[in-house]
Amino acid sequence: MSVRVTGVEKHFGDTRAVAGVTLELAEGEIAAVLGPSGCGKTTLLRLIAGFEAPDAGEIEVGGDVVAGRGAPVPPEKRRIGMVFQDYALFPHLKVDANVGFGLSRLSSSERRVLTARALELVGLAHKAGSYPHELSGGERQRVALARALAPKPEVVLLDEPFSSLDATLRADLRRDVEKILREAKATALLVTHDQEEALSLADRVAVMRDGVIRQDGTPEEVYGRPTDHWVTSFLGDAEVLPGTAAGGAVECELGRFPIPAEIEGEVDVVIRPESVALGQGRAVRSERTYDGLVVAREYYGHDQLVTVELESGRKVRSRSIGFPIWHPGDHVRVWVDGPVNALRRDSRDKVVT
Amino acid sequence: MEVSTAVRGGVGAAARRSRRRVDGWTVTTVVVALLVAGPLLVLPASFIASPDALADFKGLLPNALRATAVLIVGVGVGTLVLGTGLAALVSFCDFPGRRWIEWAIVLPLAMPGYVFTLFALGTADDVGLGLATVRSSLGAVVIFTLVLYPYVYLLARTAFLSQAGDLMEAARGLGLSRGRAILRVAVPMARPAILGGVALALMEALADFGTVNLLGVQTFTNAIYKVWFGAFDRDAALQLGTMLVSVTLLLLLLERASRGRARYGQASSSARAQPPVRLRGPAAAAALIGPLLLVALVVGAPLVQLAAWSIDSIRDGLLAPEFALAARNSLMLAGMSIVIVAAVALLLAYGRRASPSRSSAAAVRVATIGYGLPGSVVAVAVIVPLGWLDHRLDDAAGIGLLLTGTVIGLFVAYTVRFLALAFQSVDTGLERVPRSLDEAARGLGSDRLDVLARVHVPLIAPALLTAGLLVFTEVMKELPATLLLRPLGGDTLAIAVWQATTESLYETAALPALLIVLVGLIPVGVLIRLSRRAAA
Repeated sequence: MSVRVTGVEKHFGDTRAVAGVTLELAEGEIAAVLGPSGCGKTTLLRLIAGFEAPDAGEIEVGGDVVAGRGAPVPPEKRRIGMVFQDYALFPHLKVDANVGFGLSRLSSSERRVLTARALELVGLAHKAGSYPHELSGGERQRVALARALAPKPEVVLLDEPFSSLDATLRADLRRDVEKILREAKATALLVTHDQEEALSLADRVAVMRDGVIRQDGTPEEVYGRPTDHWVTSFLGDAEVLPGTAAGGAVECELGRFPIPAEIEGEVDVVIRPESVALGQGRAVRSERTYDGLVVAREYYGHDQLVTVELESGRKVRSRSIGFPIWHPGDHVRVWVDGPVNALRRDSRDKVVT
Repeated sequence: MEVSTAVRGGVGAAARRSRRRVDGWTVTTVVVALLVAGPLLVLPASFIASPDALADFKGLLPNALRATAVLIVGVGVGTLVLGTGLAALVSFCDFPGRRWIEWAIVLPLAMPGYVFTLFALGTADDVGLGLATVRSSLGAVVIFTLVLYPYVYLLARTAFLSQAGDLMEAARGLGLSRGRAILRVAVPMARPAILGGVALALMEALADFGTVNLLGVQTFTNAIYKVWFGAFDRDAALQLGTMLVSVTLLLLLLERASRGRARYGQASSSARAQPPVRLRGPAAAAALIGPLLLVALVVGAPLVQLAAWSIDSIRDGLLAPEFALAARNSLMLAGMSIVIVAAVALLLAYGRRASPSRSSAAAVRVATIGYGLPGSVVAVAVIVPLGWLDHRLDDAAGIGLLLTGTVIGLFVAYTVRFLALAFQSVDTGLERVPRSLDEAARGLGSDRLDVLARVHVPLIAPALLTAGLLVFTEVMKELPATLLLRPLGGDTLAIAVWQATTESLYETAALPALLIVLVGLIPVGVLIRLSRRAAA
């Protein structure tokens, strides 16, 4: 295990920023902690880095207990690499000196080799002599990553690493960063409030809220089979329909679907809008499709969100590519084409659906 | 197996070390603060040690209180009117040369009161004033007003410029003329800044020793000097010092209280300054010539006269033989103070940053308390514990007196007095370094000391330089503490000026005075340049 966090708590005054978190990171794994602002995810990262000391629980980095038993190990002794939201490049040092900052204990020739290799890895060897203020935002971020990777840390911690970039650059950089981390075989923990970022970059996503990890699993698991209402809605739009579960299947207004067998009785059936399909004409008239009336349409270019009123009067949304074009007043057939999840109604806490 | 226990042991040891180091920074800041501010405790303690020490000096206290009251009222009103008036002139009016005048008005900051006094005494007869006129409370009030009004001017100007123009326009819309709008809206809104400037000017006036001593005005600082050198009564001196500090504190409290419940902050964040009114013809000429004459009187004329006297003194061989020694002493003391005071300031500021806690924050507040304390008070406060320590050391090791009567006592006094000045500059510099840089460096394996050396010191080099510059010029012109604590043969330029002026040897005093003013112009120049750049 590269990182093991066990039952960690951190209080600031009366607020419990981290309220008992357990999390493990295998070597070479890229994990994301995803949550809204104020959920405690950054505090968790800072606890692992050693900038804060936990009030309870234990943290291990690379097999050594760094907090929780005796006095906490200071950050400089933890073998972590950190990439900050603002990159925190040293403005008075050139790119190569920034990248070599953590290698000061090595001989100068070794330092030069490792610095060059790290810059090579991020594709910025030609910028070694530049100052941080002469770089673009994306370049700065790659320098920050190279600097964090150069000392070969047990784990790289990334704190909202894409938040200060504009949207078009963000997607490109996400791909670059993932490639670099994979190439370096680095273990990485990313903290973000951006669902897309977490789902697309990480092998594993831990969804956090109010200091607690609500669900921890692969991107497909947390998106497709969220364990409660809050995780469901935090990860994306969802339609919630009343249903009845029995014997490994659930029955609702849009049909009967298989689900994990352990849920029985009155449940909420959760369907993502992209699993709601619309169609017209005889071809789609079958017993697994239902009548609907288009009442609204929002067009986003790459896709559209169409609101359809079912026969019961309940409205559901369907997300599809921008074609065909639906208009309010169109009569359509509605069916489900994709995964369906069922949740116990008592997991509804404080969630508006 | 062995490897893993070894690793674990290593980490455990590191952990134990780290806890000690975490406390280390807080402990350092607290110890430094106590060392710096501790001596000041002897001030109130003197009332317990010898409750009726002042009984031997009849008349001293009433005189000091009377003179202090005259100074507070006179200098208070003088700087208020002159500083606010000039600030309003350059903030609300535009005239040819304004951009230039704006900053020339600040130059008297470089003129120490006792140097201007030297000029005034030396030329009094020539301009038909008579020495008796100058050597009076009124003379002191005028001189202090002339050299201290820039404090009010600077703060008032900043306040005026940050006021939203629409408030003034609202007042005009309600039927007030421009002049009345300034008086009834702009000035009251700037009241906290103006009174803050007046409080600063008064603190300087009350702390001054050179001017009042040369003019024979019997203020507290003069009384302390008399009691100390005339009677060697340390308890009486300490008690006078305590009372002087109390008056200063009272002033600050009054200033704080004057703000009352009213709020002076701007409601609108998009403060658009009032466009200044363009003056023409005679009004423009008056706006240009008035301030110019003032600066010529306070800075220009003394510089010319001092230069002329300096040339005379060199030609006539009137230059005191100790001049070279005094210049060397001044440079040595000021130069070493830079290192000591800036280092202590850096230690405090970084200590608080590296180990934020209630105790390190309190330590900073305690350590910077000495600023605004009169040099003579700091001197008598420092010498008592140092003397005690000195005798204990001598008893223990028989090494003679090391601390008192040597430069060490002076450095302690300078640190107590000027630490806040250096601290402010260093701390502002540090605050501008994002904390993520500290954390980035620590994540890369640097401990706190290493972070300080490799990240902060290079990044805040300009702030350290500014701090050093401020300390250098302050020590150069410092008079009372140096006078009371200097070792034998340790006369400085400031003391040479004072000594020669008391003996009416104006030509002899001129060259050292000239040097002090020229050195003092450097930080004022830096201040002006920085402000202009900020404004641009």
